[in-house]
Amino acid sequence: MQVASCRLLGKAQEEKNEQNDPNELNEHMEAIVDKNAVETIKPPVTQVGVVGWIRTNLFKGWLNSILTLITIYFLWVTVPPLIRWAFIDSLWVSSGAQCQQTEGACWSIIPANIRFITFGFFPYDQQWRPFVAMGLLVALLFYSRNRHHWKKHLAYAWILGLFLMGLLMKGGIFGLTSVESSQWGGLPLTLLLSVFGLTAAYPLGVVLALGRQSKMAVVKTLCVMYIELIRGVPLISLLFMSSVVFPLFLPEGVNINGLIRAQVAIILFTAAYIAEVVRGGLQAIPRGQYEAAESLGLNYYLTMRLIVLPQALKIVIPPSVSILISAFKDTSLVVIIALFDFLKTTKTVLNDPQWMGFSAEAYIFAALIYFLCCFFMSNYSRRLERELERGL
Amino acid sequence: MKKDTDAPHNPPSGNVAFWYDPRKRSIFYQLGVMAMVGLLGYYLVSNTLANLERQAIATGFGFLEKEASFEIGESVIPYSAADNYTRALLVGVVNTLLVSFIGVVLTVILGTIIGILRLSTNWLVSRLAAVYIEVFQDIPVLLQLFFWYALFYEVLPSPRQALSPFAGVFMSNRGLVIAIPEYAPAHMYMGIAFLTGCLVIYFLRRWARKRQAKTGEYFPVFSVSIGLLIVLLLLAWLAGGAPTAMSVPQLKGFNFQGGQNISPEFSALLLGLVLYTAAFVAEVVRAGIQSVSKGQREAAMSIGLKPGQVLNLVILPQALRVIIPPLTSQMLNLTKNSSLAVAIGYPDFVSVAGTAINQTGQAIEGVAMIMIVYLCLSLSTSAFMNWYNKKVALVER
Repeated sequence: MQVASCRLLGKAQEEKNEQNDPNELNEHMEAIVDKNAVETIKPPVTQVGVVGWIRTNLFKGWLNSILTLITIYFLWVTVPPLIRWAFIDSLWVSSGAQCQQTEGACWSIIPANIRFITFGFFPYDQQWRPFVAMGLLVALLFYSRNRHHWKKHLAYAWILGLFLMGLLMKGGIFGLTSVESSQWGGLPLTLLLSVFGLTAAYPLGVVLALGRQSKMAVVKTLCVMYIELIRGVPLISLLFMSSVVFPLFLPEGVNINGLIRAQVAIILFTAAYIAEVVRGGLQAIPRGQYEAAESLGLNYYLTMRLIVLPQALKIVIPPSVSILISAFKDTSLVVIIALFDFLKTTKTVLNDPQWMGFSAEAYIFAALIYFLCCFFMSNYSRRLERELERGL
Repeated sequence: MKKDTDAPHNPPSGNVAFWYDPRKRSIFYQLGVMAMVGLLGYYLVSNTLANLERQAIATGFGFLEKEASFEIGESVIPYSAADNYTRALLVGVVNTLLVSFIGVVLTVILGTIIGILRLSTNWLVSRLAAVYIEVFQDIPVLLQLFFWYALFYEVLPSPRQALSPFAGVFMSNRGLVIAIPEYAPAHMYMGIAFLTGCLVIYFLRRWARKRQAKTGEYFPVFSVSIGLLIVLLLLAWLAGGAPTAMSVPQLKGFNFQGGQNISPEFSALLLGLVLYTAAFVAEVVRAGIQSVSKGQREAAMSIGLKPGQVLNLVILPQALRVIIPPLTSQMLNLTKNSSLAVAIGYPDFVSVAGTAINQTGQAIEGVAMIMIVYLCLSLSTSAFMNWYNKKVALVER
C-alpha cells in the first residue's frame, strides 16, 4: 500500500517535471520510482491540445458547430474588406484631394487636424497649457489607481492638481496670457466637464443621499423629489435649461458664461445619480453600527463622519467609477448646446470642404479615444470590485 | 432605517432646554430648510419675473393656441405648418413614443440574444458577444448616432443606384424603402383574428395553469398558442380573399414612390439607440441568468423536467426577478436617450419643443414641458415594470 502510493506520487511528480524540466530532481526519483511499474496512458488526441480545445470550445454538438460555422462565415465576409479598407488601401498622410481618389480609409484627416480636434479654439501658441493640464490629470489618475496611495495627501494632491489645471487653462497670472473659457475646447474640455462635474457632484450627492435617509419629513421629501425629478428627465433638458433658462434666473447685469452653466447642469444631473449609489451604500451598513455609534454618545454628524460614511463610501467606490464613465460619455451631449467639446471639434473638422465626406474615419478616431478612456476606467472598476470583495 | 434606533429616547422631561430635545430640534431644522428653499425660490422667481418683463417675453401657455408655422420632417399624425403649437408638440410626443417603443422592443430582443450568446460554451461566439458589449458600452451614444447618420448619408448611394439587399427593400441616402402589402379588408380581419387569438391564449394559459396545479398534468401552452395564432391569421387572410397585392417601391424621378419609407434620421436614431442599449441589456440578462445557481438546473433535471420546461419553469422565473429592475432602468435610459434625436434632426419632442422655444422665446414653459413629458414617460414605464416585477416576484410564506 505504502509502496503503491509512493509510486503513484512519484509518477505524478515525474509527469509534472517532464513538462517543466525533465532533468531536475530526476535522481531523487530514481531511488523510489520504478519507471516501468505504471504505464503512462496519454489522454486521446481529441481531448487535449489544440484539437481537443477546438472540439470542446467550438464544435461541441451540432448546434454549436453550426453556430461556429455561421460566425466564421460572417467574420470571413466582413473582416477582410474592413482590413482592406482600414489598412491596405488607406492613406495616412496626404491631402484631402488625394484622399478623394482612394478607395480606402482616409486617416490623413486625423494628423492634419489633430491639434484642432484635441484643443479646439485654444490659442495655437498656448496649446501646451491644456496639454500639460491633461498630463497632470492623467498622472493624478494613474497615481490614484493604487489603493495604497489613498491617504490624506492624495486628497490634497487632487485639490492642488485641479486648481493647477484650472490655472493652466485660464491663465491671467504668472505671465500666462488669459484665455477666455469660450475658447476652451476639445479633449481638455471633455475631461474638465466630467472630472470637475464628478468632483463637485459627489458632496452634493452624499448630502442628498443622507437627506433621503433622514427622518425629517420635509428634508426627505425635498431630496426624494429632487432625485426622482432629475433621474426622470434626460440630460438634454437640463442642458437646455442651462443654456436658455439659467440666464433668466440671474439678477440683471450678472452673466455667467455657457461653459459654467453647462458644468452646473452636469453637476446637478450627476449628483442625483450619485445620491442613489450612495444610498445603496448607506443601506448596506448594518443597524448595529448606528446603534454602537449612538451608544458611544456620538451625535448625528460624528456618527456619519466617523462611522457610517467611511464604510458606506468604501462600498460604493466601484459603482462610482461607473458613474464617472457615464459622466464622461454624457459630456458629449454639450454638442447640442454648441460647446466645443471633443466630439464637437471632430464634427467641425468635417465641415471643412477639404475633408468633407470622411465622417467614418473621424468618428472612428473619436470613438477610439472615448473607448480607450472608458475601457481603462471600467477595467479598473472591475479590478477594484474584486479586490474589495476579497477584503484586501 | 434609523427609525428603531431612536426608540430608546425617553421623552425629555420639562427641564431640558429645547435645543437638547431632538424632536423640537428636528422641527427647527426643517423650518430652516423650508425657509432656505423658500428664499432661494423667491430669489429665482423674482429675478426671472424681472428679466422676463425687461426682455418683454410673454408668459403662460397661451402660445399653444397660436399657429406653429414650421414644418416637421415626419409625422405619424397629419400635420401642417398651419396647425397650432399644441398639434406640433403632439407630433413630437408621438414621434418620441414611436421611436422609444420600437427601440425598447428591439433592444430587449437583441440584448437577450447577445446576453445568451455571451454565456454560450462556444468560445468564438461568446468572445464576439463580449467584444460587442465592451465596444458599444464604451462609446457615447451621441457619437454612435452621428456615425450611423453619416454612414446613411455618405456611404449609401442616391435613390437611382439604391442598394437592394432583398427583393422589395431599397437602401439609399433618402432612407430605407420597403415593400408593404397594399391595404385590403383582409388585413383588418387579420388584426381582429390576432387580438381574438391573444384573448383565447390568455384564457388557455389560465386554464392550463389551474389544471396543472390541480392534477399535475402539463399542457404545452406555447406550441399550441403559436399554432393557434398561425391558423387564425391564415383563416382570416383566406376569408378576406387572400390579397397578395404589394405596394412595391418604384423609382420615379429622384425618389421612390410607394412602399413604406423609413427616413435616414429615424433609421440612424433607432439603430444607434438599439445597438447602444442592447449592450447594457445583454449584461443585465447575463447577470440574471448567472444568478440562478447550477443546483437549480440540476435539481429540475433530476425530477425529470424536459430542457424547455427547465428553462420555462425553473430558470426564467428566477432569472427574471434579477433581470427586471435593471432592465427597467435600461428601458428608461433608452427613452431618455431618444431625446438625442435633436442632434441628427429627427423631430422628436425635444426637437419640436426646441423649435417652439426658439420661435416664441418662452424658454421656461418649453423646458418645463420637456421635463413633464419625460417625467410622465419615466413614471408610467416604471409603474408598469414595478407591477410586472411584483407579479414575478418571489411569494414568500
